[in-house]
Amino acid sequence: MELTTVWFVAIATLWTGYFVLEGFDFGVGMLYRVLGRNEPERRAAISTIGPVWDGNEVWLIMAGAATFAAFPEWYATLFSGFYLPLFAILVGLILRGVALEYRGKRDEPVWRARMDAMIVTGSILPALLWGVAFGNIVRGVPLDASHEYVGGLGTLLNPFALLGGLTFVAVFVTHGAIFLALRTTGDLRVRANRLATRTGAVAAVLMIAFLAWAQALRGDTVSVVVTVAAVVAFAGGLVANLVRREGWAFVGTTLAIGLAVVSLFVALFPDVMPSTLDPGSTLTIVDAASSAYTLKVMTIITAIFMPLVLLYQGWTYWVFRKRVVVA
Amino acid sequence: MDTLDLARWQFAITTVYHFFFVPVTISLVAITAGLQTAWYRTGKEKYLRLTKFYGKLFLINIAMGVVTGLVQEFQFGMNWSDYSRFVGDVFGAPLALEGLLAFFLESTFIGLWIFGWDRLPRLVHLGCIWMVVLGTQLSAYFILAANSWMQNPVGFRVNPERGRAELTDLWAVLTNKVVLVTFPHTIFAAFMVGGAFVAGVALWHLVRRPDTDRDVFRSALKIGASIVLVASAGVAISGDLQGKVMTEVQPMKMAAAEALYETEKPASFSAFTIGTLDGSKEIFSIKVPYLLSFLATGHFDGEVKGINSLQDAYEQLYGPGSYKPNIPLTYWTFRLMIGVGMASAAVALWLLWTTRRGRAPARWLVWLAAPLPLLPLAANTFGWIFTETGRQPWLVFGLLPTASGVSPGTTSGEVITSLVGFTALYGVLAVVETKLLLRTIRGGLAGTDAPPDEAPEQPDKPLSYAY
Repeated sequence: MELTTVWFVAIATLWTGYFVLEGFDFGVGMLYRVLGRNEPERRAAISTIGPVWDGNEVWLIMAGAATFAAFPEWYATLFSGFYLPLFAILVGLILRGVALEYRGKRDEPVWRARMDAMIVTGSILPALLWGVAFGNIVRGVPLDASHEYVGGLGTLLNPFALLGGLTFVAVFVTHGAIFLALRTTGDLRVRANRLATRTGAVAAVLMIAFLAWAQALRGDTVSVVVTVAAVVAFAGGLVANLVRREGWAFVGTTLAIGLAVVSLFVALFPDVMPSTLDPGSTLTIVDAASSAYTLKVMTIITAIFMPLVLLYQGWTYWVFRKRVVVA
Repeated sequence: MDTLDLARWQFAITTVYHFFFVPVTISLVAITAGLQTAWYRTGKEKYLRLTKFYGKLFLINIAMGVVTGLVQEFQFGMNWSDYSRFVGDVFGAPLALEGLLAFFLESTFIGLWIFGWDRLPRLVHLGCIWMVVLGTQLSAYFILAANSWMQNPVGFRVNPERGRAELTDLWAVLTNKVVLVTFPHTIFAAFMVGGAFVAGVALWHLVRRPDTDRDVFRSALKIGASIVLVASAGVAISGDLQGKVMTEVQPMKMAAAEALYETEKPASFSAFTIGTLDGSKEIFSIKVPYLLSFLATGHFDGEVKGINSLQDAYEQLYGPGSYKPNIPLTYWTFRLMIGVGMASAAVALWLLWTTRRGRAPARWLVWLAAPLPLLPLAANTFGWIFTETGRQPWLVFGLLPTASGVSPGTTSGEVITSLVGFTALYGVLAVVETKLLLRTIRGGLAGTDAPPDEAPEQPDKPLSYAY
């Protein structure tokens, strides 16, 4: 395989990992305030993501840094072009990160209410806008001959991308509810389980509509197959949730999110930012790639250290595998 | 102001703000790890209580460091897309290494440390915080290697076809002579902040709550003040080496640091000047003969190039234009960096002397509790403002002018939105964080005396140490 392809796969993997992992902690962040009916329940709910959310977010930083190193043109075009949505995502993540850490530091209802507002906003806003951003990447945006984004904010808020945003929110809510059902006990667990079934139905409809539209825009046989697999996994997850097999349900939504993101990247390949103005202005992996030397050394270093990262991140989930009780 | 100025202000504000939390994080996590190691080895409860107390303060601080760091990772693309296109092949590598080797380590093991008090064996739990220490050191090294490449580009070639710099030797980038001196300088400077923070907090408690946990805070005061002293010696030595390297790679920056317009041999060090600093006239100044020659070259009679001759040389080399940074800014930030840094070391020394052999600190000393950590923090800030503005008009020295790096398609409306947005958000968060820190400091050691259970419970309780 060409190294440019290897790095396209690597970046797709990082985004996939990010959405699978941060997907459930976004979901928990959106839900704990309504699912938890009192402070002990809310604390228990938020404790399920406490030890892991920060590590999950590093997948985003890694996706950004790897794009910078392997495809500088992609990094430059994407983040300068999607300026305002990215700004809003960063504000959301800042509010959320601070509030997650500070919420338990003062035992006062007013303080907690403020932190809750920051966590809920900071979970919904980035989820929605990442959906909008990925919708636009797949759909294509106006790029000029020097791969410079020439649209405005309005260009990004098209129906397809907005559908992508809603899909991300609905799927992450469901993924988060199933995670909560898997990691808590008692009433909280039952409520999370039931909620997942209800939001899951909505999410399934949105997901099918968004992915089918994406495939209609630019799909090939492989990406269609992956899309179907994603939908089947999601349906399987919802069925498992219905019969209260929460572990399998979580496997289902994890696979569904992973495969859905993969289907978008497969459809995109070998482009990274299609141009809607002129096919010649489309940014491809070849246009965007770093030099052969950079890709080679980065490949060697990543091959050595990424397994180590997976090992210790996996260990964290093992250490905190037990259900959290409300106390 | 045009987009370029706005983008520069934004980078300056977000980066200086981010760096308020970085030195505290780097040093406080290591000090906390040291305290926990002391508890593990001696079993003395005071070390456990200090670990938990300063650990809590460290966590309040690192939360801000983490979230403001997110902006750092993406704003090169947002406001500096042409810079990203030009340097990504080289500059992206250390950034990606930082993520892969440092950020995963820090974020994962900090979660394990926070929530692992009663779930992990004591030695494993101690190992977790040391992994965070390792992560912060690696992170500092890689990001400083990236910055040092901007100060002194090495290990690359310019590809004229692609119009960009391309990496030819990653090892050369990672062993850039600038990073080899900048890393120790930055780390020692961070420890001055952390040591001063530990000592300042302890001092406040000793004066204001003399009857509560006196012995524990006496230990903390001595540990913190000693760290400041050792670190300040390290800062001075590494800073001296750094000055010599910088004189070699960016003589203009060092000439600007001295507002030295004409080449001198031997050169005197200007300690203080009243005047315009535009090279025309001097109203009053204090100078130390030969010192600048020694600082810059290692010889008392070494020649130090002046701003005017360097300007001529650079015009020959790079074409017409001004190659002078903002001279008053570099001159004063350089002096303030050294001055306030030395002041904090002096305070630390005095505190150790005045509390020797069981003596209680005088009540009025409490007024030094806040300035003690704020002085070295300010020195860190002045140092960065000095070295970054002293590199101007270059973004990458000798290769890419700052004006050529800004995003061509980004509108000033967009930059104003994010500039105002981040500044306002950071302002509010500064108030929230400071209040929370002060509250936690005032709370003292209450709640830190429960020794952690060794036996994990089934199933998990909600986590007590945080959340």
